[in-house]
Amino acid sequence: MSEMIRQDGRKFDELRPIKIEAGVLERADGSAYLEVGGNKILVAVYGPRESYIRRLLEPNTGVIRVRYNMAPFSVDDRKRPGPDRRSSEISKITADALRPALMLENYPRSMIDIYIEVIEAEGGTRCAGITAASVALVDAGIPMKDIVVGCAAGKVNDEVVLDLSEYEDKEGQADVPLAIMPRTGEITLLQSDGNLTEEEFAKAIDLAMEGCLEVSKLQKEALMKKYSTE
Amino acid sequence: MIYVENKDLVIPGQVLADDEYYSGRGTFKENGKVCSSLIGLVSLRNKKIRVIPLKSKYVPKKGDVVIGKINDVRFSMWDVDINSPYSGILPAFEVFGREKKELNKVYDVGDVLFLRVVDVDEIKKAKLGLKGRGMGKFKGGIIVDIAPTKVPRLIGKKGSMINMIKDKTNCKIVVGQNGLVWVKGDEDMEQLTKDVIHLIEAEAHTSGLTNKIKNKLYLAIDGELPHEEVNEEEEEFVLEKPKLQNFKEELEQEEREAEENKIEKEEKPNIAEVIEELKRKNKKDNALSYGDNSNNSFILNNK
Repeated sequence: MSEMIRQDGRKFDELRPIKIEAGVLERADGSAYLEVGGNKILVAVYGPRESYIRRLLEPNTGVIRVRYNMAPFSVDDRKRPGPDRRSSEISKITADALRPALMLENYPRSMIDIYIEVIEAEGGTRCAGITAASVALVDAGIPMKDIVVGCAAGKVNDEVVLDLSEYEDKEGQADVPLAIMPRTGEITLLQSDGNLTEEEFAKAIDLAMEGCLEVSKLQKEALMKKYSTE
Repeated sequence: MIYVENKDLVIPGQVLADDEYYSGRGTFKENGKVCSSLIGLVSLRNKKIRVIPLKSKYVPKKGDVVIGKINDVRFSMWDVDINSPYSGILPAFEVFGREKKELNKVYDVGDVLFLRVVDVDEIKKAKLGLKGRGMGKFKGGIIVDIAPTKVPRLIGKKGSMINMIKDKTNCKIVVGQNGLVWVKGDEDMEQLTKDVIHLIEAEAHTSGLTNKIKNKLYLAIDGELPHEEVNEEEEEFVLEKPKLQNFKEELEQEEREAEENKIEKEEKPNIAEVIEELKRKNKKDNALSYGDNSNNSFILNNK
């Protein structure tokens, strides 16, 4: 049963090939570029900086603001530019997933802006966005408790599998994106779309957790590579 | 039990040591483990672990000297951008005393000033002043932007790095602790100095940097490497040390800061020491009589 080969030839617990690079943008405070399968994502982080939106500021801590945006050419059909319901949701859950890891007490009344630009999309962009955003945050020198990492699991052909591709996401029965802080294993994002039994759900979380730890290693490698060779 | 060595590169969330070690700046304690909260280099002293960040934003501290740009002229103060998440204000009475003058005739929007942080309030707004010689408006020159954490590296031990650059390029250089550097000289030299400063920033965590920069400068200006071979070897030995020293100074400074619970009453020690030393050393050099002994302005003029 677990020997089933998926549509793109992967095993049930196999991730798509991943490439992460830190510090790709010259003028942003921090940045990261990430490829997972057919996804290409660029993240820029600015701040902590003074904000022009006074009402968002907190007197005792810094705040983050996330903008997730898909390029019009990132999907097969042209995506209408500008924010929509889906991107507003992803912006919010990304901010919520990253916030527990950040230590912004030393930057009260300041704001960090995170821009996640999806250049090409092929399923699992929200997890890829979180993964890339936390690398960019580290690159910006922002104090953090841990590097948040995201990965999804799901159910395709009655089988729980890791890291859904676009095809599997559309044809499959369920999708469970998960983000964790890998050192403690705390979950910072958990969504579930589709139908899963209790066992399948537990299995999906375990699988996604393992996937996260795998991706986390690559995040760390990318950061080390950027700064240790110089 | 400790899992890292001095000067190791660490990333946020990395476990550095067990409970018996103390958690210093750039680290935090969780479940009996000391972990890093930043990307940076480990510094270990007396069972106290710190992480010196590779990148950071400038947070104003009382007593710092900074370079700022006038952003706005208001009724009785100037708004100053000090390259930080927090803006600075320069009240009119800091400049005029009790006299009344038109503000925009003295400093206008876009002027670049050398300032001192007089006070930082609870919302981290920096009150700035011009007390101390050498403070005031810059005329001409260019501004180079580096990470504030790299400032001690740019100055070097007792100003070794910055003085070498000054001597070689014939530029006037002023370094603000907020990571802005003002450079004035010949146009080519300004450009060269800018490149060199960026190089220092990029390679701040490598060893033997002073020599590397020296060679680069000699190559760019004289077209050849410095030819005091014997001397150089000696110097290499001497120059290798400053880095550690400098590192140490930075640590000591941080330690003091931590102890003072973030409220520094003391003046910035490391730069002050550097200036003081320099002054003593070059007393005959009367061009250096910029700034009296009581303040730590560090305009180091050319010969």
